[in-house]
Amino acid sequence: MKRSYFSGPYALWMVLFTICPMIFVLYYAFTNGDGGFSVQSILECLEPTTIRVFLRSVKLAFICTVICLILGYPAAQILASKDFSKYKLLFVLFILPMWMNFLLRTYATMSLLERRGIINTILERFGFEPLTLIGTEGAVVFGMVYNYLPFMILPIHTALKKMDTRVIEAAQDLGANPLRVFTRVIFPLSIPGVISGITMVFMPAVTTFAISRLLGSGNFMLLGDMIETQFLEMHDWSFGSALSMFMMVIIVLSIGLLNRIDPSKGERSGNW
Amino acid sequence: MKKLSVLVALALVFTFFAPVLPAARAEETITVFNWYDYIDDSVIEQFEEETGIKVKYANFTTVEEMYVKMTSGGGKYDIIIPSDYMIERLIKEDMLQELDYDLIPNAEGLIEWMKDPSYDPEGAHSVPYMWGTVGILYNTEYVDEEITSWQSIFDPKYQKDVFMLKSYRDTIGITLKMLGYPINTHDEEALNAAKEALIQQKKDGIVQGYLVDEVKDKMIGGEAAMAVMWSGDAMYAIMENDSLEYVIPEEGSNVWLDAMCIPKTCENVEAAHAFIDFMCRPDIAYKNMQYIYYSTPIAEVVEMLDEEELEYEALNPSEEAVERCEFFQDTSDFIDIYNKIWNEITA
Repeated sequence: MKRSYFSGPYALWMVLFTICPMIFVLYYAFTNGDGGFSVQSILECLEPTTIRVFLRSVKLAFICTVICLILGYPAAQILASKDFSKYKLLFVLFILPMWMNFLLRTYATMSLLERRGIINTILERFGFEPLTLIGTEGAVVFGMVYNYLPFMILPIHTALKKMDTRVIEAAQDLGANPLRVFTRVIFPLSIPGVISGITMVFMPAVTTFAISRLLGSGNFMLLGDMIETQFLEMHDWSFGSALSMFMMVIIVLSIGLLNRIDPSKGERSGNW
Repeated sequence: MKKLSVLVALALVFTFFAPVLPAARAEETITVFNWYDYIDDSVIEQFEEETGIKVKYANFTTVEEMYVKMTSGGGKYDIIIPSDYMIERLIKEDMLQELDYDLIPNAEGLIEWMKDPSYDPEGAHSVPYMWGTVGILYNTEYVDEEITSWQSIFDPKYQKDVFMLKSYRDTIGITLKMLGYPINTHDEEALNAAKEALIQQKKDGIVQGYLVDEVKDKMIGGEAAMAVMWSGDAMYAIMENDSLEYVIPEEGSNVWLDAMCIPKTCENVEAAHAFIDFMCRPDIAYKNMQYIYYSTPIAEVVEMLDEEELEYEALNPSEEAVERCEFFQDTSDFIDIYNKIWNEITA
């Protein structure tokens, strides 16, 4: 019974930094500037401009997540395989970018992609036409993938690493070809890691605002940008909070949906 | 023994004269609340030395932040340096003291038109600190015509070649001016016309991006032909890249002014007036202006500028150009309309 004392600090932490802020957001979302009850801001979330921004955010985050999965799964497999387990350095190289500040990396990416940036300078040196890279949706997705790829690799790597190799051997002994071993044994067993990776990539991608500003040159307003504008420029805390609520609901729904396809409820390796 | 008596004598002399030394007035302290990186530190030191008044210095990055800090009681400030439309709002809310111009003799040296600004008639509550305009910064390597009108940044000839400001007030404001409307109009028809023009500009593929802080570096690096820019940033860019030029378009633009005010909560009114007076003294204003490199409100300082400096429209706008410009007025009462329009343009 005494052990519950240990949870005290955590409970206090949760109340202060999770529950209180949520109540503030709720309060602002359902009041107008004078503090009276109003659903005006909630309704504004359903206007065509907001919906357009919302769909764009989900679209870009979705593309980013798919690319991260396609790139990240093989990478996680390679890192988890026997041949590479010895090479700790390789693993470090994959997570090394995460040690550097995210904003700094994004600024660096910006100077790569600019019209007179490094990539175009090289292209022109070899006589090619310069490309329009900065300020496109592609640049935004590139920035997201670059920043969030490690979040996909790590949980999948963990899931693959702790997989019982005897199961795979058994499948091989029973005559399954490599493709079948992968589709019927390895992949299903790694799903908790995949789901974890998807949530860890999708969530920051759908809420980002710095990447879309720096790499999209402010041409593609995402939900994160819209919320930032409401708080910092328009001082419409009510609409900003309503948008934040809106986004939270979307995230909760998508996590719920993801957890449904998770077959291994109860013993998950991921965070969710 | 002799040594000791000398020491005693010295000590006596010091205690005797101490009250006369400036250090004795050191208890007098004022708190100055100003924009981030918006003063030459040596000016503050010189003020402390000359008057014996100690200066505590605090920074803000937007006037809105200043307003929140000031009203939430986070700190007591003796001098604040907000912008025109915020001063208008603070006067409306009865938060600023009336100034005693007998204590600010150097304010006589202000450029004439600044003595009676529209946001604060006769400068009853504020004394200008620095000022500037909004205009077009363009790169003569990419632009072979002479830029004189806002129409140029709406010309489809410039594909992905124009940076717009991610600031709803400025961007909508200059479009209103281009269309011939007053910059502070409440007329929805005018605002809608501006909205349509900006949406069309985006559709035509003219806009490379909507940014604020990044634009000056991009213009220095030759990333675009033109950018809507504040004169202070433009001046910074021009110093770094010779091909850049700044113009205040013929349709007129926004002129802004940051000015020194004394809040009602100020406890050291006399010292605060002394600070304002000090900042208006031509030699100090010149030194400060050379550091910040924005336009100075002191007439005598303009005369001290060299030939090259006088030619920069970003640093020394002509009187005719300024006459075409307007101050922003406090928008808090129709911000909802602006919010909607801005979302439709940028979303």
